[in-house]
Amino acid sequence: MSDHAAADIDRHVRIYITVFVVLMVLTIVTVLISRVHLPVHQAVTVALFVALIKGSLVACYFMHLISEKKLIYAVLVVTTAFFIALLALPILTHSNGYWIHS
Amino acid sequence: MEIPYAVEARRDTGLSNGKIGIWLFLASEVMLFGALFASYILIRSGSPSWPRGDTILNVPLATFNTIVLISSSVTMVMAWASLMRNRFGTFRIYMGATILLGFVFLIVKYFEYSHKFHDGLFPSSNNFLAIYFTLTGLHMLHVAGGMAVNAYFWGPGAKLWKTNPTWFTNRVEHSGLFWHFVDLVWIFLFPTLYLL
Repeated sequence: MSDHAAADIDRHVRIYITVFVVLMVLTIVTVLISRVHLPVHQAVTVALFVALIKGSLVACYFMHLISEKKLIYAVLVVTTAFFIALLALPILTHSNGYWIHS
Repeated sequence: MEIPYAVEARRDTGLSNGKIGIWLFLASEVMLFGALFASYILIRSGSPSWPRGDTILNVPLATFNTIVLISSSVTMVMAWASLMRNRFGTFRIYMGATILLGFVFLIVKYFEYSHKFHDGLFPSSNNFLAIYFTLTGLHMLHVAGGMAVNAYFWGPGAKLWKTNPTWFTNRVEHSGLFWHFVDLVWIFLFPTLYLL
């Protein structure tokens, strides 16, 4: 392995450790926020927002999506569109128009 | 017969076939869990009342399991990085740690499930428990599946390292992508089921 490639992997490893620490902190934040007992709609929004940040970190850095080929992005764009449609279906079809009863 | 594009990237996609294969599989997995999340939304929004997860489930245990699974994602990616650095011995240590952490996750889930069953709480008890057991049960199957593949690469599958190290490294990367996906699903399951 060339020195350049080795240095590149070393840089990656440092990023993995940083992401790990951030994920741990965000996990604690998620639990602490849940103890505040916010109204349901706010609690859902905040919890899913933090989960979205954590998930994005895992996908971008551990799954290397931050520097992936275009075809993978294309697959994921289509997947995301269908995923959103799948989640939207029950929301759109529900009679009272609310996600969750408060 | 030799498998084409297992090591080198195809010129049209810029990817090895294994890489595009695992991503297409993960796309189907997103839809599988997406369907269950949609079911969760439908059942919860249609219910006149819904319990907070922390009134029924054990949040400290689930928090511990979240830490375990995130740690296992780090050890997994470090296993791949070790192969990229040509350090097979270090790979074995990190991959072994990943498998062990998977075991810890499953053992904790076993205690959680046993406690629920002991208290007479089953999937048939109510809608909350039905969706809890379905989602976490399916997730546990994925953890077990990922552990089986990782154990293969830790043990007999590692022979490939001697004959074709690049191919072996690619395989570990693909197995890692699945493992990180399992971690990612748990990152959403944890607040959805336990904290809201």
